[in-house]
Amino acid sequence: MSIIVDAGGLSCPQPVLMTLDKIKEIQKGEIIVKVDTDTSKENVSRAAKSQGWEIADIQEKEGGYQITIKK
Amino acid sequence: MGRLKNIFATRWGIIGVGGLIGVLAALLQKLGNPGNMGICVACFERDIAGAIGIHRAAVVQYMRPEIIGFVLGSLVAAYIFKEFRPRTGSAPIVRFVLGVFAMIGSLVFLGCPWRAMLRLAAGDGNAIFALLGLIGGIWIGTLFLKGGYNLGRVQKTYASAGWLLPLTMLGFLILMLIFPHIEGQGKSGVLFYSLKGPGAMHAHLIISLAAGLAIGFIAQRSRFCTMGAFRDLILFRQVHLLSGVIALVACAFIVNLIVGQFHPGFARQPVAHTMQIWNFGGMVLSGLAFSLAGGCPGRQLFLAGEGDGDAAIFVLGMIVGAGFAHNFGLASSPKGVGPHGIAAVIIGLTVCLFIGFTMRKRIS
Repeated sequence: MSIIVDAGGLSCPQPVLMTLDKIKEIQKGEIIVKVDTDTSKENVSRAAKSQGWEIADIQEKEGGYQITIKK
Repeated sequence: MGRLKNIFATRWGIIGVGGLIGVLAALLQKLGNPGNMGICVACFERDIAGAIGIHRAAVVQYMRPEIIGFVLGSLVAAYIFKEFRPRTGSAPIVRFVLGVFAMIGSLVFLGCPWRAMLRLAAGDGNAIFALLGLIGGIWIGTLFLKGGYNLGRVQKTYASAGWLLPLTMLGFLILMLIFPHIEGQGKSGVLFYSLKGPGAMHAHLIISLAAGLAIGFIAQRSRFCTMGAFRDLILFRQVHLLSGVIALVACAFIVNLIVGQFHPGFARQPVAHTMQIWNFGGMVLSGLAFSLAGGCPGRQLFLAGEGDGDAAIFVLGMIVGAGFAHNFGLASSPKGVGPHGIAAVIIGLTVCLFIGFTMRKRIS
């Protein structure tokens, strides 16, 4: 079961901060991050990669994106 | 399309964008823009405020086409790449107030972060104090961000709402075409023009507009941000945006050397003063305000171009702030800070701290 980080409607750096907090908390596993701009999508992906997490999937949903990251 | 879409957001993309902005800024100065002010978002918005009579400082009145281009160039990029997302509702009044004080802080230093970089690239040592202030202000902002500061979620809105600032800019451009500057006249129709001083120095309209459009386009794609550069470094140890800013300084420096615009020193720099505490203090205020609002003045224009109504409010706050700055004697001049500039910085910092401390909520 993936953990969901809902950063929809929030502008950066909030989505990145929320993602990194969750990464720190669970260390390993799968997180789905919901964002609604391309900038947030890029920033969250870049931050996750910098922590050694892999971008498993990016889906366009409800006018935004769902980014699945894994470690 | 996907590959093309992301090319500006790569490391080399952002470096290329920063470098090109540096080159264009130095060339705009060569082609007529004021000294070490090839591009200054705050100064140019202040000049726009003067052109429409929000303040009546005679030396800083000109409808700067670069600003118009920044918004419209971003709008075009956002539409081409399907990133136009009309949105608003994340504490607009707070963004307006932050815009007002960001402008006041910038006018105490005499430049926004963009101009601080360009002043540095032209050898103006006073900019070092401003950059230290900028970093200090952003650092305070990151403490608030780490403590849960945020302005809440945006709502999706009508496309036409996202169009309002771009349309305003288009309206400004049309006004400029209907009422062009008449030699020796301080007013043309409804628009004010400077006859001397920085407001009278500008590249040709077409060149300024083209440069603005180009920068607006590539900055929207790359998310170039002079505040984000330092914020991301401090918060995440990420140098992505910073590499673009460094490229800007390096390329502007090289072009300045080539065209004879590099003059190292502190005294008698163009549109600058040497009161270092207030070069520093003004930019602490600006840096904090930009940080709390989530983007430097350029980034706010690019965001407004892609439909962000809150960024548009911030831009309007900056333009109104320029009115306060000149009407109330807050803006500096080459002689030093204005009669009430110091008080304004202290009040601005107090307001920003109030915002930072009271708008903290962990989002579940």
